[in-house]
Amino acid sequence: MCGNEALAEAAIIAGVDAYFGYPITPQNEITAYMSRRMPEEGRIFVQSESELAAINMVFGASATGKRAMTTSSSPGISLMQEGLSYLAGAELPAVVVNVMRGGPGLGNIAPSQGDYFQATRGGGHGDYRTITLGPSSVQELVDCMSFAFDLADEYRMPVIILADGILGQMMEPIVLNGAESAKWPRRKLPPKDWALTGANGREQHIVRSLWLKEGALEQLNDKLQERYKQVEKNEVICEQYEVDGAEIVVVAYGVAARIVRGAVSKAREEGIKAGWIRPVTLWPFPTEQISKAAEDFKIFLTVEMSCGQMVEDVKLAVSGKAPVLFYGRSGGGVPTVEQVLEKIRQLTIPAKR
Amino acid sequence: MRAVETVFERTPTFKDCPTHYCPGCGHGIAHRLIAETVDELGIRGRTIGIAPVGCAVLAYFYLDIDMLEVAHGRAPAAATGMKRTNPDKIIFSYQGDGDLAAIGTAEIIHAAHRGEQITVIFINNAVFGMTGGQMAPTTMVGQVTTTTPLGRNVDSQGYPLQVSELLAVLPGAIYIERCAVHKPAEIRKTKKAIKHAFQLQLDGAKGLTMVEVLSQCPTAWRMTPTEAVEWVEKEMTKTFPLGRLKG
Repeated sequence: MCGNEALAEAAIIAGVDAYFGYPITPQNEITAYMSRRMPEEGRIFVQSESELAAINMVFGASATGKRAMTTSSSPGISLMQEGLSYLAGAELPAVVVNVMRGGPGLGNIAPSQGDYFQATRGGGHGDYRTITLGPSSVQELVDCMSFAFDLADEYRMPVIILADGILGQMMEPIVLNGAESAKWPRRKLPPKDWALTGANGREQHIVRSLWLKEGALEQLNDKLQERYKQVEKNEVICEQYEVDGAEIVVVAYGVAARIVRGAVSKAREEGIKAGWIRPVTLWPFPTEQISKAAEDFKIFLTVEMSCGQMVEDVKLAVSGKAPVLFYGRSGGGVPTVEQVLEKIRQLTIPAKR
Repeated sequence: MRAVETVFERTPTFKDCPTHYCPGCGHGIAHRLIAETVDELGIRGRTIGIAPVGCAVLAYFYLDIDMLEVAHGRAPAAATGMKRTNPDKIIFSYQGDGDLAAIGTAEIIHAAHRGEQITVIFINNAVFGMTGGQMAPTTMVGQVTTTTPLGRNVDSQGYPLQVSELLAVLPGAIYIERCAVHKPAEIRKTKKAIKHAFQLQLDGAKGLTMVEVLSQCPTAWRMTPTEAVEWVEKEMTKTFPLGRLKG
């Protein structure tokens, strides 16, 4: 199973009621897989006429309390930003997978991490955030699915899984854990007592994002911000390796983090005190963990498959306490272990050799 | 003394409150006809409506049923998501001509094309009402709007878009009728059409049902309510002839 198919099966295990999608490379295996598997499970698959329609089908299904998802790749995700803003405004849960490809524009179909800003900053109009997960293996992609649906339901907001063309296309051995995620336990979720199910013997429910009365929208925004603070407090996940006492810490997420892991191991073999930090949640960002790591002086190197996006969050976290440098490849370029290692060597030579 | 007898009253699903609609506007009538239909069919507990972006965005304040507010033009997509996951519910969208015939053209055509079992109430008043009366795809030839100050000119602004005629050729659209609410006889026909469309959905008929309602907008047309109803009769019905187009 490639990453795309694995995440699709994991979504079915996670209890997705409806999948809506529009073809785009490099994530077409998901739509094809769902077109076969969802009807087998007696669930809903619709191939939409556009990404605009797909995200609004998700919007409609989610408003009735169903678990709904869509998947796409960068240009398609741009089209979904309107819907994501409305989901955020209407406080509706949803899971959106972005198997990122090169941009801007039509770009190419090669892997990229160029949509970090879009995913972690909200992406559409207005003051909102979306929980963003950055898995780095097919297994983690699988584990992310039930976790993402739970987070979406608990906080009533869209969750984005930021994968890339490599993760989507590559094959790795995986364990499908039934309803249980190997990494993150399932949660007890609040009832969806806001859902549109027909006002049968009860008052009407309205799901909306328009608040015209003076002060009403500010109140909604305050409520959302309060929820986002809870997410930042409770849901940060990051992994780190040999950060204490390191002279250089390399920060990377997703597939880039695996390349970094290789480079850091080689650097340590050469006697360079290197460590790494891998944010798993990109929003909420592990600001505290990185800030703590920056307390004793060390160099930070951020490695991305982009021209430098997450590096801004690393800089904000480090907050001037240490130098933060960047190495990246874009437009389908993927950093090699050797390239990252060379960068680590260059940055540590003046101090050590 | 003779007892007072009630011969007509507000239907329960139509809330007892003032609306924000302008004097002479057709929305209030269309809302009432939907509320009456819901009550007469006894489906309040299983009906979910979708409000558009436009003057009718606040329809949920007047219709006492579960309602969703969606992005401009996307109601047929949201309705698809709702109906597919809730086949036992009665799902309808309420959309204006800016919403349905301009920005939401793709969504309505493809919902019909897929034969989604939803009902669409399409209010056509030949302008963008809420934003102050700009040209819509449905604006009459020669009609003056804030963006056609010299009247709609076919050479540069095209002809009025007849969405019902477009949809009627699609196999997935099973019932399409164009009605109006500018006089009692037409209001009665509109009610009949809306009820028929809901009944088809209730019966599980395989496809999309749509009732287009020509509606007067005296404010954006810069007319008195009386002039507006006359304009529907004399002008709009020439471009948008009333009657059943399909089913």
